[in-house]
Amino acid sequence: MEDIAKRCIEIIAKAKAIPEDTITLESTFDQLNADSLDKINISFEVEEAFAIEIPDDALGSIKTVSDMVDGVKKLVAAKSSPSITTP
Amino acid sequence: MNRVVVTGLGCITPIGNTIEAFRSSLFTGATGIAPFPPYPEAPGPTQGLRFTQTAAVKDFDPAEHLASGIIAATDRTAHFAIVAARQAAQQSGFLDHHDKDNIAIIVGCACAGRQSEETETIKLYGRDARVHPLTVTRTMASAGASHISIDLGITGPVLNISTACSSATHAIGQAFHMVRHGQVTAAITGGHEAPLTFGFLRAWDSMRVVSPTQCQPFAANRDGMTLGEGGAMLVIETLESAQARNAPIYAEIVGFGMSADAHHITQPAPEGATNAMRKALKDARASIDGSADILDQVTYINAHGTGTQANDATEAAAIHQLFGSLAPHIPISSTKSLHGHSIGATGAIEALATILALHEQQLPANAGVTELDPTLNLDVILNTPRHSTQNIALSNSLAFGGLNAVLALRRF
Repeated sequence: MEDIAKRCIEIIAKAKAIPEDTITLESTFDQLNADSLDKINISFEVEEAFAIEIPDDALGSIKTVSDMVDGVKKLVAAKSSPSITTP
Repeated sequence: MNRVVVTGLGCITPIGNTIEAFRSSLFTGATGIAPFPPYPEAPGPTQGLRFTQTAAVKDFDPAEHLASGIIAATDRTAHFAIVAARQAAQQSGFLDHHDKDNIAIIVGCACAGRQSEETETIKLYGRDARVHPLTVTRTMASAGASHISIDLGITGPVLNISTACSSATHAIGQAFHMVRHGQVTAAITGGHEAPLTFGFLRAWDSMRVVSPTQCQPFAANRDGMTLGEGGAMLVIETLESAQARNAPIYAEIVGFGMSADAHHITQPAPEGATNAMRKALKDARASIDGSADILDQVTYINAHGTGTQANDATEAAAIHQLFGSLAPHIPISSTKSLHGHSIGATGAIEALATILALHEQQLPANAGVTELDPTLNLDVILNTPRHSTQNIALSNSLAFGGLNAVLALRRF
């Protein structure tokens, strides 16, 4: 699961063209100067990286990197455990 | 009726990403045409192409200029548009002197977000992949115009014009008329294009109009055009406003003419080009004191000059039809021999070259030509720029589909 956090930070760093070590789990997307276009782009890249689909209603509630990582973890877990329904 | 002058210039081109670099390449004949690296989509040494060279923009990193969200939402063509417009606006300093609602943005772009379109299409058809959610915004032909507006806070009329290879010239002409007739007091106008995708190159290759060597306009052995990319933007405004604020003035736009061949989708007819040049000069007479014939005041033509057999012969015939015995004595060159043919942007890059020629009293040379086609009977400037105390210059754009646009510019 730590790999998920690392991969999310890599994606955000690439999309924002900033060093990975400037991003923490506590960073908010506002602090990272990620505007609405950045958020759309980052969400898509995360979906591509983990072969998941972030529900439309979840996109608006992602405020921090941690929010994103937690959401991805749940979606990845749901994908690998068919008995668990997607949150 | 307002007189209209050019007070700001900006460019991202195969021969320079600043006006100073462009100017240097233009007058030293440093070509932007070079072999392109292999496209990964296409294995094999020839890539299925008969040609190996394009005129690509070099050393341009959008991240040096634009926010990451804007880059994510745009195609390379819009990057050229935004950065060139910023350069022109900054150089002119006009934004502080005009009501933002009274400024127009009229630009040409014919191929839209070609690279984004192709990238997503390959993913979609190749592996049924999801399409990036910003594909629509990346591929809108008007995206460049919109982003200039957003970037500079301009709220007046904003249009994209798509008339193939004449797009930017039509755009500049429209902007010129809007300022001349008082619809707005200033405009950002020009063109941008980033079409050098593998699919685009293959499509042009199939038409067999691209040179297997390089673009050699008006040469006896000319064998086609060289495809290019880039963007160029002008700030234009009323002479009154430019003088009131002591703005730099690079040239005056005095006339614009447009016509259609109504003939053939790829084969040009000389009457159409003749007609557009005649209309541009008639329009120029309205800007210039007196109504005397001004054919003999034309001292330079920046030709459409693609380097194809058909274009150059037709354009020469049109010049002879209009200018008669004067035709062989008017200095002419095609700067496409340096910056290639960037479709919807090319008219703006050529207008920029023409403006610099007027401003600096130097006529740029036609590059890459060793032997002129004697049947054309034109005074083609070769090898080195020619000094000229010019008066009026024409910049011709003659598009596929027979859509012709001609600007008349005057030294100020």
